[in-house]
Amino acid sequence: MNQEELNNKLSEIKDKLIAVEQPAESRIYLSCEAENSYEINKFLFEDVGCRFVTVTGIDSDDCFEILYHYSYDETGCVITLKAFIRDREKPAIESITPLLPAAEWIEREIHDILGIDIKNHPNLKRLILADDWPEGVYPLRKDSP
Amino acid sequence: MNWKIWSLKKSPWVFHVNVGACNNCDIEIVNLLTPKFDVERFGIKLVGSPRHADALLVTGVGTRQAVPRLKEVYRQTAKSCVVFLVGACPCGTGIFRDGYHVEGPVDKIIREEDPNAIIAYVPGCPPKPEAIISGVVKALSAL
Amino acid sequence: MKKTVKKPVLAVGPFHPLQEEMEFFQLTIDGEIVTDIDVRLSYNHRGIEKISESLQFDQIPFLISRICGICSATHPLAYVQAVEDIAGIKPPERALYVRTIINELERIHSHLLWVGLAGHFIGYDTVFMWAWKYREPVLDLLEEITGNRNNYGNVKVGGCREDVPNELVPKILKELDNIEKKTEMLTKAVLDDPVLHARLKGVGVLTREAAVDYAVTGPTARGSGIGIDVRRDDPYAAYGDLDWNVITQTEGDVFAKAVVRLLETFESIKIVRQALNRLPDGPVTTEVKEIPPGEAVGRAEAPRGETFHYVRSDGGNRPVRHKARAPSYVNVPSFRASCIGQHIADVTITLAAVDPCYSCTERLAVVDQHKNVIHDYDTLLRLSREKTARISKEMGAPELKMEDL
Repeated sequence: MNQEELNNKLSEIKDKLIAVEQPAESRIYLSCEAENSYEINKFLFEDVGCRFVTVTGIDSDDCFEILYHYSYDETGCVITLKAFIRDREKPAIESITPLLPAAEWIEREIHDILGIDIKNHPNLKRLILADDWPEGVYPLRKDSP
Repeated sequence: MNWKIWSLKKSPWVFHVNVGACNNCDIEIVNLLTPKFDVERFGIKLVGSPRHADALLVTGVGTRQAVPRLKEVYRQTAKSCVVFLVGACPCGTGIFRDGYHVEGPVDKIIREEDPNAIIAYVPGCPPKPEAIISGVVKALSAL
Repeated sequence: MKKTVKKPVLAVGPFHPLQEEMEFFQLTIDGEIVTDIDVRLSYNHRGIEKISESLQFDQIPFLISRICGICSATHPLAYVQAVEDIAGIKPPERALYVRTIINELERIHSHLLWVGLAGHFIGYDTVFMWAWKYREPVLDLLEEITGNRNNYGNVKVGGCREDVPNELVPKILKELDNIEKKTEMLTKAVLDDPVLHARLKGVGVLTREAAVDYAVTGPTARGSGIGIDVRRDDPYAAYGDLDWNVITQTEGDVFAKAVVRLLETFESIKIVRQALNRLPDGPVTTEVKEIPPGEAVGRAEAPRGETFHYVRSDGGNRPVRHKARAPSYVNVPSFRASCIGQHIADVTITLAAVDPCYSCTERLAVVDQHKNVIHDYDTLLRLSREKTARISKEMGAPELKMEDL
């Protein structure tokens, strides 16, 4: 697919999205609510054929943002899906590891450093924090020193 | 002079421990074995177990997870031994100061284990192989 | 009189002095075949992303160049490109060429390092000594240009901190000729050696399907037939202007990955030559006022694969969020797919083929169900070398001859 075809393809899921931004030809940002994130991830990996890159977790003031980054290598386009988790008390999102083994580590890392529950993750063990790191302390949250 | 120290000076066997390094210093240490620097001609040998070592080459800041391992390695090493802190990280945590997972600097950790430990500092980021050799020779001559 | 003893727990070899924990990779075996792998990260976790939030934008390149010693030019480059995207800054053309030159020189010495380590793991210590001897001139060149053999500190938001002086260009070109000759000799020796073919072909295969599922990048992907390379797919620095090839192989085994890395070294030499001959005049830096609010993504092709940085700014001096992803983060988990079903003698070289940090490979161990170490790294290394010696003897092959040119 060339870039124009890619742009058209992405509009197939636009009813699941809150917004679409394209600040440059090869940089696209899709926003959605956390509930729809699994379906859109599936679409991007299986239907569009993107390569998974990584996931960024951000503690924004009124919500958590989980950014799934994909690369469409044929056109060099980076597509980022921003999923908003509105519940700050018990933040949770559906795991994409059953779909993409590549996501296993990064979802465990986000669980460690931001305290987000990754539902249905096959192996949600501690990954990068020390064995004796205290429970309930999430270093990448804004209220953490 | 203590015969143990004499044999250490003549041909120190070293064990390399990485406690959270970016690998630059580790690679420079392995570089010491390669033809340009070739420390084996001085009798310096990298061994696979701390039990056989006269000296420890420590790289890295001392992350929370790695600190117990470092203490264990120090305990296993035959005394007398010299601990060489290679690079800016073990000497004083370098640019990773205040990191939430950083427990260093390493000399503090070693002294917790043994207040009389012999510690030598080889700063640099990474220290050039010549600097490491110079640091090792200087420290051993001072013993 | 024959005596058969049945033991529930197989304990072979000396016990590692540090029992019960502290290994990166714990392999479970059935007989001599690997059945499962457990990974424990954390030893190297320094909390860099959090430290990044407390530093100013122009201080961060110094921090992240130390994420990994051997990809130390690519991380700052990817980060700086993200910030330049947010602020709409276009570095001067000469800076783009200097960035390309430094990055390719790093690729050359990184691939030579890999060849040396791979040789060490299978018992070809001559290859190890030889490859590391001939990467020294590249390090010396980098020191002359940037002041350091590693951690160059050359890239900044808006351009480069140091220039490649025009007077130095003939010297670099001459040195490249030398390096090319050595690499040719090394490549020929490796690719023609029947023992290496027997030792490395079919070992540690990563199928194309597994490569896609694990989203691998770099030579790990290109060795399995996936022809991706950020330099061509999403051009940055000066790569869009230069003429070079992306190298792929299809078998996905250790041999294929070795071929990819060796041939890529020649492409890197080609790129540096072109960049030096076409080095435009002008400054290497442009003024940067402030970074407005926004977010962007920056990426670069490290010797190991794609380095990816995401930066978000709120208009202040420091980033709100900085995410750094090294290529090994996706490549190393694929070790699971390429290692399960392999013999323990092949474990060190299979992991090495993914090209993680040297320290990662040091921390390999085989454990039993009580997490006691049965085989430590030294044993695995020894098994690997013994296998090579066995193959060599069976084939009646002469020892690998490395000429000193």
